Amino acid sequence: MLNQSSNQKMSQKHELFPLKVENLALEVNGKKLINNLSFKLEANGITALMGPNGAGKSLTLRLLHNLIEKTSGTISWNNQTNQKLIQNAQAMVFQKPVLLRRSVIENLRYNLHVKKIPNKTEQANLIEEALTRAGLKGHANNPARLLSGGEQQKLAMARALMTKPSILFLDEPTASLDPNSTLVIEDLIKEANDQGTKIILITHDIGQAKRLAEEILFLTGGKVCEQGKTLDLINNPQTKQAKQYFSGEIVTENQK
Amino acid sequence: MTDISEAFANALHLIISADKDLVEIILLSLKVNLIAVFISCVIGLSIGALLAVYKFKGRTICLITLSALMGLPPVVVGLIVYIFLSNSGPLGILGLLYTPTAMIIAQAILITPIIAALTRQTLEVMHNEYYEQLKSLGVSKLAMAKTLLWDGRYQLITVVLAGFGRALAEVGAVMIVGGNINHLTRIMTTAIALETSKGNLSLALGLGIILIIMSFIVNGLVYAINLTAERQAYA
Repeated sequence: MLNQSSNQKMSQKHELFPLKVENLALEVNGKKLINNLSFKLEANGITALMGPNGAGKSLTLRLLHNLIEKTSGTISWNNQTNQKLIQNAQAMVFQKPVLLRRSVIENLRYNLHVKKIPNKTEQANLIEEALTRAGLKGHANNPARLLSGGEQQKLAMARALMTKPSILFLDEPTASLDPNSTLVIEDLIKEANDQGTKIILITHDIGQAKRLAEEILFLTGGKVCEQGKTLDLINNPQTKQAKQYFSGEIVTENQK
Repeated sequence: MTDISEAFANALHLIISADKDLVEIILLSLKVNLIAVFISCVIGLSIGALLAVYKFKGRTICLITLSALMGLPPVVVGLIVYIFLSNSGPLGILGLLYTPTAMIIAQAILITPIIAALTRQTLEVMHNEYYEQLKSLGVSKLAMAKTLLWDGRYQLITVVLAGFGRALAEVGAVMIVGGNINHLTRIMTTAIALETSKGNLSLALGLGIILIIMSFIVNGLVYAINLTAERQAYA
């Protein structure tokens, strides 16, 4: 059953890739925040977006997820450019989890309600699966916002994954977590990827990129600076900015 | 001083003995104000939630207008409603002037902007927090407004109670459109004004005490609701 569903999801995911971004730009109040950004991503593996603060990583993720509107350029998911249609197959988890002022179970149920899954049995199964995945079965009826930071992020991950998205965007999902919680979230990320969800992840943690990502997209100044296989890019960066960043030097956007 | 203490003693007697006139005035006050607040909630909560979610051209003007309407002078509202409902006015044919319905209309006009503006303010903060997550889940703007109304329910109860408190204390508009007619349109605040001018301090004080107790209850409820919501992380 799981294999069948994974296979089905794999084929859905492949229908959305390759992702081609061409000359993408975002201008706010006359300031170019994303500047002629172009890259191509394939369906397989986990892609890490890396780069100093202000490089445009979060904005790129939000543009891909249609949370903000681009100024110009194209985002094409296997030649499909209607972002609204694609958004249904995507999910996103933010650095600080945004949970509704409701119980854990109601947070999960809300997602199913939005995705129009009215069948009670299916709802119950998906909720049960999500609670198990997040390890929150004992907290189902507790207010979500009273959970610890790690538990809140696990709930946010489980909520994002419960409708089995083809693409999952993660904006520094472990930035404020301790090593144990980070490990749990990383396991959830790997599990989701194994089951057919393409992951695009922002991280500043080079170790995390090595543990999770097959590929890195290194951004500076709203542009792609380098793109390559994780270990190749970390061990043998070609650009000055990437060399500084991966050697552990403090790189800021002002130093470009 | 003796007069005041005697009036105070008489007032307490009126309250303890549940004086018929006193009870009638209190019940009419509650009826008029509760219906007015209900109408204001239906309109004000909807307007507030929609303004919190939808960003459109002219929204700033709407917000400024709403804030300005919050400070509407009650006597002016009373005058306008009076003009509309008077025999020569456009709605004179309805024969509503000097009835509790006219008072409800005036009160609703006064309270709706307050509830709408406070709702917008409360829900906009929540909207800023929820927006990206709800958009990510694929929630429509209208569904966002509904979600905010539900998740903000504890704060909104305090908004509604603030509106109710304002209505309870109002005197100018209801005096003009209700006419303060005994057994028909006499409510607590208008009765206090009339009885004081007549020198009947006992009834005025008795009603004043009840009004203050109600105000305490309303504010106590606001505090308790906020505390419960914070404890349960629903605030």
